[in-house]
Amino acid sequence: MSSQKTGLKQMNMIQAINSALDVKMSQDPDVLVFGEDVGYFGGVFRCTAGLQEKHGLHRCFDAPISEGGIVGTAVGMGAFGLRPVVEIQFADYIYPGYDQICSEAARLRYRSNGDFTAPITIRSPMGGGIHGGTSHSQSPEALFTHISGIKTIIPSNPYDAKGLLIKAIEDNDPVVFFEPKRLYNGPFDGDHTKPVESWSRHELGQVPEGHYTIDFEKARVHEEGNELTILCYGTMVWVAEAAARETGISADIIDLRSLVPLDLDTIVKSVKKTGQCMVLHEATRTSGFGAELIAEVQEHCFYYLEKPIVRVTGWDTPYPHALEWEYFPGLERISRSITQMMEG
Amino acid sequence: MSEASNRRNVNNLHIPEPKNRPGTTPDFSDLHMPDLTSDKTHTLPRPDALIDAYETEPLATGLVRVLTLDGCTKGPWDPKLSPDVLREGLRNMHLTRCVDKRMFNMQRQGKASFYMKSLGEEAISVATAMALEGTDMVFPSYRQQGLLITRGYPLRDLMCQVLSNAGDKLEGKAIPICYSSREKGFYSIGASLGNQMSHAIGWAMACAYKGTDGLACAFTGEGATAEGDFHYALTFSSTYRAPAIINVVNNQWAISSFQGIAAGQSKTFAYRGLGYGLASIRVDGNDFIAVYAVIKWAAERARRGGGATVIEHFSYRKEGHSTSDDPSKYRAKDEPDAWPLGDPFERLKKHLILIGEWDDKRHEAQEKELTTYVRDCYKEAESFGTLATETGINPITMFEKVYEHMPSNLRRQRQESGI
Repeated sequence: MSSQKTGLKQMNMIQAINSALDVKMSQDPDVLVFGEDVGYFGGVFRCTAGLQEKHGLHRCFDAPISEGGIVGTAVGMGAFGLRPVVEIQFADYIYPGYDQICSEAARLRYRSNGDFTAPITIRSPMGGGIHGGTSHSQSPEALFTHISGIKTIIPSNPYDAKGLLIKAIEDNDPVVFFEPKRLYNGPFDGDHTKPVESWSRHELGQVPEGHYTIDFEKARVHEEGNELTILCYGTMVWVAEAAARETGISADIIDLRSLVPLDLDTIVKSVKKTGQCMVLHEATRTSGFGAELIAEVQEHCFYYLEKPIVRVTGWDTPYPHALEWEYFPGLERISRSITQMMEG
Repeated sequence: MSEASNRRNVNNLHIPEPKNRPGTTPDFSDLHMPDLTSDKTHTLPRPDALIDAYETEPLATGLVRVLTLDGCTKGPWDPKLSPDVLREGLRNMHLTRCVDKRMFNMQRQGKASFYMKSLGEEAISVATAMALEGTDMVFPSYRQQGLLITRGYPLRDLMCQVLSNAGDKLEGKAIPICYSSREKGFYSIGASLGNQMSHAIGWAMACAYKGTDGLACAFTGEGATAEGDFHYALTFSSTYRAPAIINVVNNQWAISSFQGIAAGQSKTFAYRGLGYGLASIRVDGNDFIAVYAVIKWAAERARRGGGATVIEHFSYRKEGHSTSDDPSKYRAKDEPDAWPLGDPFERLKKHLILIGEWDDKRHEAQEKELTTYVRDCYKEAESFGTLATETGINPITMFEKVYEHMPSNLRRQRQESGI
């Protein structure tokens, strides 16, 4: 991590993302931002609010409703030498751009042997818990972690969001940057019946106003414990924390942050210490990123494991609108799994 | 039966079919083509480059030509090129043809996995390269090797790429013909058709964003105009008035599918550009001089802030799609020779001879010179290895250039591989 000595400011995740974009646009004239509704309006989640006014029409502008065109033109700009940051309004709508991400952005450096590269950042809000139903709730990260040549980043808090986004923009490889939208306004612990907690008094909402970066391939130990390792990212970090508290378990909660490249060292160190491992994600289970984590843990920690690894995930169904909280791997399900695991 | 007769909808599912299948006599009467024997195609106006896009409609439905079939030049699009420039064009087409011949034979000898000839389409890439600035980035499809050759890319490097050997600048990472040369303004070719159209527009937008004088020149075949990427490219270039040229090479065949499969009920591919508010022109792609003139016009329009032009190059693919293809299975055998717009190389040669600037003797000498040159380049390229012998590619390179810096999973896998 590198950081300039700058003042801290309390920010929510939207403000932290906005600040990252603002810092980079101020520093580097080759950074430009475009996507659907991101210009004058400032984005449907307000992540780009004020950027057009401050940096100019040509540096933060609206794009046609064309995710394939947005990613495709960004690849061309990146090859030219610019550093475009594009917004895909919802991760559920990234699929028309998927071909461009997989066949072009991820392959350009390799197939041209470094002659052309795609230093682009693709930001997209992901995940459920906002009554988004099948079409505004998906967590498609595993579709990207499977593709070599791109990096997949998912922050869980404002401080990380800003440092990781600046890192993504400065990175010379294409980065898919998923933002768990349920965390935009506060550290949601999975209990939707409680009032929304905000970032306004949270330590991780204290964000330096200037430039700093957080390295990829570096997980964050969210909480230290010695009975159980919980591997998670995004929204699940906060649900894991609440579940550990509720069950009274002493858990190492590892916030992966960077799925590809993955910080295997931190994972292995923790599992070897605790001897038990639980994997969480909101995405559907089959072929999810949890499967990859479990494979790595059993490969590297098999003789240290005291019990089978447990995973708690979204069900293998589309995200149902009316039954959102039955789908969501919330506090109750995770607490129950922890209890069963510890008793078993 | 009664159910069928009671139908109110009279449609049967329409499946377009070409006229010329194996065993038939070539007949191009179903193509939307002006009467080539009349002067009409040579009287299409050459408007100011900043004309309103919709005013180009006659150019999009007609066919811009300069060379007549008997070798004369005619009409307002004639750029009056000097004999030196014309001879340079002929030479570049000649060289492209010689390289294609050599590479095709080499593939047949089992020394490379794959090749694609550009026979009959050389004027399009050669004239484009000569009409553009060397710094203008071209985003080729797979049949524009003439661009790279005209821009002076070393033939040895081109051949090593096809051979995927130790001399390949791409270290055998890409399949044959997927060249890449930033230095020569030639964008890395990917094999997903149409995908790179939007890259070209992104590049063009970047040219405008940075205030450079450059432009991006994209290519697709007519078949891939059916891809969404073509639509993205036209939409974005129209929205942001990107300094770009969008070329559709209509060579009549997308592997075995005739152009009507992509065209549907459209009369010309150029016409599609008008719907996006883009200047649109159809040009005789077998007419070197006309292609040169139209590219010059589009480049001027792009540089003067007029945005992109869609150019349909009306041509014909004289060879199979690739070395893996056998066109006798799906089209009339003598269709290539019956193509009413002739062969681009022969037409330019005929013109130069007609104006007294070329003759058979010089042509034969050039043929001999280029054949020898290509053979020598090939010998050198082959010395780096072939598929039939050893490619000489260092296995360790497999794990490199996936990312700028190798992440730990790749380091572990490299170790595991024992390489």
